[in-house]
Amino acid sequence: MSGYQDKIKEAASRLLKEGSVDMVIGFRKGTLPMMNEPCFIRRSEDVHQLVWDSNCGINLANYLTDRKEKIAIVAKGCDSRNIVTHIIENKIKREKLHIIGVPCQGMVDKRKIISLFGEEILDVTENGDDLKIKFRGSEKSLKKNDVLQENCATCIHRNPVLFDELVGELVTEQTGVDRYADVNRVEALSPQEKWQYFEDLLSPCVRCYACRNACPLCYCPTCFVDESRPQWVGKSQDPVDIRTFHFLRAYHCAGRCTDCGACERACPVGIKVRQFTSKLNKDSFEMFGWEAGMTLDQRPPLDTYKPNDPNDFIK
Amino acid sequence: MKVFTIDKKDWDAGIERTKLSYQVFGPVKEKEWHCFKALDKDEQPDMTYSNTRLSPKFLVQPQTEPMFTYTLDESQPDHHILKEVNKDTSPKAMVGIRPCDASAFLLVKRNFDAPQYQDPYWLKAYNAITFVGFACNDPCSTCFCTSAGCGPFHEAGLDVLLADDGDRFLAKSLTDKGDAFLAAAGWKVQADDAGKIEAMKQAAESKIGSHVSTGNLKAKETTQIYDAPFWEDTAFSCINCGTCTYSCPTCWCFDIQDENRGNSGVRLRNWDSCMFPLFTIHGTGHNPRGAKVQRVRQRFMHKLKYYVEKYDNGIQCVGCGRCIRLCPVNIDIRRVCNLMNDYDPAACVCPA
Repeated sequence: MSGYQDKIKEAASRLLKEGSVDMVIGFRKGTLPMMNEPCFIRRSEDVHQLVWDSNCGINLANYLTDRKEKIAIVAKGCDSRNIVTHIIENKIKREKLHIIGVPCQGMVDKRKIISLFGEEILDVTENGDDLKIKFRGSEKSLKKNDVLQENCATCIHRNPVLFDELVGELVTEQTGVDRYADVNRVEALSPQEKWQYFEDLLSPCVRCYACRNACPLCYCPTCFVDESRPQWVGKSQDPVDIRTFHFLRAYHCAGRCTDCGACERACPVGIKVRQFTSKLNKDSFEMFGWEAGMTLDQRPPLDTYKPNDPNDFIK
Repeated sequence: MKVFTIDKKDWDAGIERTKLSYQVFGPVKEKEWHCFKALDKDEQPDMTYSNTRLSPKFLVQPQTEPMFTYTLDESQPDHHILKEVNKDTSPKAMVGIRPCDASAFLLVKRNFDAPQYQDPYWLKAYNAITFVGFACNDPCSTCFCTSAGCGPFHEAGLDVLLADDGDRFLAKSLTDKGDAFLAAAGWKVQADDAGKIEAMKQAAESKIGSHVSTGNLKAKETTQIYDAPFWEDTAFSCINCGTCTYSCPTCWCFDIQDENRGNSGVRLRNWDSCMFPLFTIHGTGHNPRGAKVQRVRQRFMHKLKYYVEKYDNGIQCVGCGRCIRLCPVNIDIRRVCNLMNDYDPAACVCPA
């Protein structure tokens, strides 16, 4: 993907030099293995900082919310779908954006890689599908496809859906993947088993709100859990309040979530936050044939009414 | 100061004996990561661990701590009167705590045990604990303890320092509490090569490859660092979650809440975070730290400048590296600390 990186730098430099954008939002190299940091570049002489590899899983659409500048943004498939959602929801104007589209080949799951080895990883380098993992005094190899983020492994929209230029040829989209295997598994549980499953799932939550804050959809000026007049949700570690937060947040994302995986990636205690949003994505797809962020020309199903909307749930 | 040698064959039995006198806490692997928990009978601390995912500060300052209960039922004679919640102040031992995390409690103590104010909840919990520290032979690449006033064999804040020496532990008793713990464990064999700890310490310190510069922080003009141009760049990627503050062993901020159910209520103290907008919002609706960049700046200014000035005793950080490893967007306190320490307004060429 280093070819992408050169193209990104070239595009950023060109756009800044010609003055068609005020800033470029992309990634710079992180200080840890398998981490890159979202950054902005304002001067063409700084574009050398920009990187692209399999550690760019953070959704950059999150950094566009309500910005007023003219911005060029590096966008993989899911980022571009969140940009579409942002435009539809009036969080950014299309004409303020220059989208540098990146046909994505999946992002690696840092946590999964770390859990495979008992010792500290000092460096990871990649060459196509081959990852080299460096430890103190030894080296191991992995195949990137074996350690993708779960949402990337089942992604069928790797190509950007909206862009002004592309940094590479469009990639072949995956077919035959089961996007909802996890949801089907949970749906098959008995109510008691489901209760236990969600209780275990949420037990490590410390309410840092990294899942919410990493999500481009969560841009409310004051989140319902932060309302104090009146206060809707308790602030303690009471499991009822923790569940309330996660369940309600997921419902607020219904028909909007692009399954970018930012929530799960951000969680410091490894909660599979997508278990909630995936169910709503599945419902949106099955009931409305809807996938969020695929087009600017159609209102999302949950903010429109159609006489033939499914209503079997009304008993 | 006595140094004992503990054959690893005698370790488990000794830990079991201490459970007769202490509630023993230790690092245990749960799901993917280690955390401190109360050890059941025959449950052993995992002395092969690196460090816990989150810091053990919750054992002294729980994320949610009930302080008082009350009733709003006016037919009760004691309605609307706060009644203190009884706390378990029985002796506890934290076995295997890393020196950085034990030292962090001393930094926090400056806040909770100040000459003017003593926080009874924090102090009672802290004083009940015997800290049986576990020196780091193999620090992580993100550890920068030696340049944060701490170190892999740092003794401050510990009652016992354990060092792993192959088939034995060396145990250095540092306080009377430490003597009592070792006696309760029944470990009595004094080491005839106590000096080995010093050699192990030097070996471990030499493995620390990560450093920060802090020497200039105190003398810098506060307003100049505050107004420095690097904050916009530093704060850009921040998503304002509470990961850094909640995983930090030296972040102590809290929020007090009353929660009622029917007529009965409880007054709770919960962790709070300077990353959250709600942390500073006023009753008027005005928020003096309404923007993300202000909150990010506050966190670093507090740890690396205000604290340094107020206590003249180093930075409010022990270099454990948790915030670096856990930050979802890779904001690195080492980078920020060096930026602050090296900042020279005269040399700054601001991107106009």
